[in-house]
Amino acid sequence: MSVASVVTRNDPWTIDLAPGDLVRVRDDYPPGHIRTPVYVRGKVGRVTRCFGPFGNPELLAYRLTGPKEELYEVRFLQRDLWDDYAGPDKDTVDLDLYRHWLEKI
Amino acid sequence: MPHDHHDHDHDHEHDHAHEHAHAPPQPDDKVHSYYQMLGVALKELLVEKGVVTADEVRAAIEKRDQTTPAHGAKVVAKSWVDPLFRIKLLMNANQAVAELGFPMTTTQLVAVENDESVHHVVVCTLCSCYPRELLGLPPAWYKSRAYRARIVSEPRAVLAEFGTHLPDDVEVRVHDSTADMRYLVIPRQPAGTEGMSEVELAALITRDSMIGVSDVSAPGA
Repeated sequence: MSVASVVTRNDPWTIDLAPGDLVRVRDDYPPGHIRTPVYVRGKVGRVTRCFGPFGNPELLAYRLTGPKEELYEVRFLQRDLWDDYAGPDKDTVDLDLYRHWLEKI
Repeated sequence: MPHDHHDHDHDHEHDHAHEHAHAPPQPDDKVHSYYQMLGVALKELLVEKGVVTADEVRAAIEKRDQTTPAHGAKVVAKSWVDPLFRIKLLMNANQAVAELGFPMTTTQLVAVENDESVHHVVVCTLCSCYPRELLGLPPAWYKSRAYRARIVSEPRAVLAEFGTHLPDDVEVRVHDSTADMRYLVIPRQPAGTEGMSEVELAALITRDSMIGVSDVSAPGA
């Protein structure tokens, strides 16, 4: 496996998302130490917090260095994640996701 | 038990005259898995090569075992009686808990507060991320595949199994700790406890209420 293949952003990190922004999680399945759970890939959520730059676990797992990634808290409606969600429409799941997994929409 | 068969074979490899020379295996004898053996071997090598001392390993384990949910309970109790501390806890949790003597080591703490409209519950679907500095080691169920898979897809059913029944007008908000943030739930202060001291309140606050699978009950409730 080419570890470098998991790095998708070469540009330095920038704070270009703000609370309230709608984002779609990359629907991508690269090998390696990925901390974006499969159940939100391809799903649309809303940014709720910006945590700032953090080390990228996809590099750290292999003791590689590289640019930090902005970390965001993204809120998803349960009904957008599971077709058969049994609870009220207002129920949510918050995940902490790195910028290179998020596409602004 | 899975290792009975092995013990039986073992006996047969010995001279029958020695059959009773050793005490029989005790039922609590621990059988290590492959990865546990690997961990033991790694520790022994690190000690042998002088990277760490056995006493440093022991001290680290002792320190970890002394961290209990009582730390988190002190934090929550103070947030109930001290509105300024509560604001600090919500705005800059690392600083707030460090001031109480429980500094975070490598991660960032985020405190989330339950109220009449939102109930928070914490999970790590990828592994077992947990605010260990405040709650100690996570319980076995927190690390189980069943909890990790189900709390994000049917949280109300899981909460009901813990005895926590929430009305439909309360939003259930699950926090999946996927990165560097660790989550501490500030449960609601139960009615009728307003006159109690911080120390008395801390005694009511349980581990499960700070994970978010239960509420805090008033004494005798």
